[in-house]
Amino acid sequence: MIDFEPSEEQALIIETVHQFAENEIRPRSRETDESGVPPQALLAAAHELGLVANGLPEAMGGGGARSALTGALIAEELGWGDMALALAILSPGLVGFPVADHGAESLRRRVLPGLLGPSFVPGSLALVEPRFDFDVFHPKTTARRDGDAYRIDGLKCHVPWLAGGRHVVVIACESEGTGSGAAGPLAAFVVERDAAGLRAEPEQNMGLCGLPTAELVLEGVRVPAESRLAASDADLRRLIDRGRIAIAATALGAARAAFEVARDYARQRETFGQPIATRQAIAFKLADMAIEIDGARLLVWEAAAALDAGAEAARQVRLAQDQTARVALVVADSAVQVFGGHGYIRDYLPEMSLRNLAGLASYEALALV
Amino acid sequence: MTIRFDLSEGSLRAQSHYRQVALDQMRPISRKYDLAEHALPREWVDYWWREGRFGAKGGAALANDGFVTICLQAEQLCWGDAGLYLRMPTPALGGSAVSAAGTKEQQAKFMAGFREVGGQPIWGAMAITEPHAGSDAAAIETTAEFDPATDEWILNGTKIFCTAGEGASTEPGGFVVVWATLDKAAGRAAIKSFVVPAGTPGMQLLGCEKKLGIRASDTATLRFENCRVPKDNLLGRAEVKKQEAAKAGEASSKDSSKDSSKDKGFKGAMATFDASRPIVAAMATGVGRAALEFLIEELARQGVVIRYDAPPRERTAIEKDVIEMEADLQAARLLTWRAAWMMNKGRPNNLEASMAKAKAGLAVTKITQKAVQILGPLGHSRKLLVEKWMRDAKINDIYEGTQQINQLIVARRILDYSSAVLR
Ligand SMILES: Cc1cc2nc3c(=O)[nH]c(=O)nc-3n(C[C@H](O)[C@H](O)[C@H](O)COP(=O)(O)OP(=O)(O)OC[C@H]3O[C@@H](n4cnc5c(N)ncnc54)[C@H](O)[C@@H]3O)c2cc1C
Repeated sequence: MIDFEPSEEQALIIETVHQFAENEIRPRSRETDESGVPPQALLAAAHELGLVANGLPEAMGGGGARSALTGALIAEELGWGDMALALAILSPGLVGFPVADHGAESLRRRVLPGLLGPSFVPGSLALVEPRFDFDVFHPKTTARRDGDAYRIDGLKCHVPWLAGGRHVVVIACESEGTGSGAAGPLAAFVVERDAAGLRAEPEQNMGLCGLPTAELVLEGVRVPAESRLAASDADLRRLIDRGRIAIAATALGAARAAFEVARDYARQRETFGQPIATRQAIAFKLADMAIEIDGARLLVWEAAAALDAGAEAARQVRLAQDQTARVALVVADSAVQVFGGHGYIRDYLPEMSLRNLAGLASYEALALV
Repeated sequence: MTIRFDLSEGSLRAQSHYRQVALDQMRPISRKYDLAEHALPREWVDYWWREGRFGAKGGAALANDGFVTICLQAEQLCWGDAGLYLRMPTPALGGSAVSAAGTKEQQAKFMAGFREVGGQPIWGAMAITEPHAGSDAAAIETTAEFDPATDEWILNGTKIFCTAGEGASTEPGGFVVVWATLDKAAGRAAIKSFVVPAGTPGMQLLGCEKKLGIRASDTATLRFENCRVPKDNLLGRAEVKKQEAAKAGEASSKDSSKDSSKDKGFKGAMATFDASRPIVAAMATGVGRAALEFLIEELARQGVVIRYDAPPRERTAIEKDVIEMEADLQAARLLTWRAAWMMNKGRPNNLEASMAKAKAGLAVTKITQKAVQILGPLGHSRKLLVEKWMRDAKINDIYEGTQQINQLIVARRILDYSSAVLR
């Protein structure tokens, strides 16, 4: 029976997260974008809401209520507040969810309690690699069996790297021989952030400046076999799909924020004696923004519901991710245009929206649901 | 209640049933009636009257998704052939108007013929558009004058572009709902709709248009010359409400769905669009899907299989196009279902109905054009149906409110502007 109504519980979550985004996140959005450092107090306050913990296993002290759909609803509201801060807030899930889903018992005991403790502990996922032809399902980073351990080599970028994090999940291709060809299946490893052979260099990017990220150089990083997640290639593809939904939902929230400020601005900005919103050139742009945001959101929901149902969802996720990337950029650009010269100025939201929402296609799994 | 996308059993049954109907009854004669423009598609009309209108056997007993299921039917049948869909003997938009604004007695009287088993096929139609009034429906000039001597309304004027107008004006038992003004000076408040039974003296069929697409559909011009209908054929009340006249600028699309009671005059009449736009959006989706499915199958026959997991930089131009077309089509379909689902819930859906119609109309216009373009000579050839689907798709961005009119409605809603402020 088809239904577009969030459950009562989801509605409550949306409301709570929206309030938080409005009162706590949005007011710190610009200053964080400029400083590049998310306020620790904000992260602590977000941690108290238990948004990530709610999806972690009950046996470990989590809420045991993992849902890609609910996760997407949360991510959208957080992203509405600020996209970079949303990703910072969700970062514990980058380690927590893969370990909860696929980690050996000993690994879960080593990693999860830290994430579920009283203070905020960020997580990191190293997936994307700094090359224009990066193929998320065939990374060049390799993992080679080396006795009772693995040896990881490669280069990663766009790795969320907030202060105080302990672990990073590294996605690599399992490789047999010694050549550089990495044609094996995907494999994931939990690596200590201070492991020998791992070097993190802070990144400077056009957008998401409020989210500290790093480029990782992995040279002969050795991890015990236990740190390898028991996840098949197919499992990891699904994990990546969950990341795509998380990013898409967050971006939709950010696009919705851009739309809303543009709509409100258009109603009060007057030219030639009338609000610009009374001109069709502006009004129709706003109408299209609203239509496309809603359409993309429904694609994201549908894909998330398919993931939750355990159904084959790769195609739906692809449609949702692509559509969102397209829509978010058009919406952000339209918001700048509606603001005119003011849209170019850093006092207003649209210029940040445009920086954050450009190049979405290269943001894979900066968050997970 | 929770967000979910699985269809109920009744919907799934309807989906597969109407797909089969489309395959067996529509596709084989699709080209035939595209070429034989004004001919009555006898085999299709008879099939629908005899069998089609009663739906899938046992289907009615299953739980369905209300208006969403109706949208699924429209999508499947227009996947079959949009022109033939519009030629089905049904009350169509005329029926929506009677259901939305008519009394119980009026509904019983005018719809009876459509429920009868056996007999001859009949049609319903809605005539709003005139040579000088399309998008601006409040500018219509057809007049209705009351004759107290006979207790009748007298209609005078010309209506154009009336879908199913040929059947509805000539086959006894059918009817045309005609919009007319009681007083041109009073604006929207004076616009009322009247049920004119087929064959009423004074209603004359002047002919049908030759069109780009949906050629199996009879798009009629109707002339009304001292056409008399009984007093009770007026839908809604006869008086011209003062406050409605005063708020004329507020009427039409803006407030149409806020209250759901009958008799809201012009507003009430416009509210029928909130119910019909999702269906038109679903029809659009059907045509778009026909072209897109064919494109994907044809590419596969040529050894080109769309890779959904290829990284962005490795995708071919065709893969990029097809994936974008699929996403646009699915976004349109989900917006449509949402608008229909809101009707199930009895919620105002004026905004969502226009969102769905605007998105679907434009999406399938682009999708079908792109399919023609990608298929090259195959796209142009009349040996295949792709070129026909492109011609058929375009109407969805024009009737039931053009793209621009639906953008206006969406914009007014999100900006909280009246139609006087944003026009
Ligand atoms: C095949 C077919 C079937 C039809 N079936 C029916 C039917 O059954 N019953 C019926 O009553 N009518 C029917 N119509 C009529 C249809 O609804 C109208 O054609 C449509 O509403 C547009 O009106 P118009 O043709 O007068 O164009 P116009 O109103 O003259 O519009 C011309 C252009 O101007 C744009 N425009 C108009 N106003 C504005 C504005 N305020 N802001 C921005 N742009 C604007 C329009 O979007 C359009 O692009 C049918 C039409 C066709 C072609």
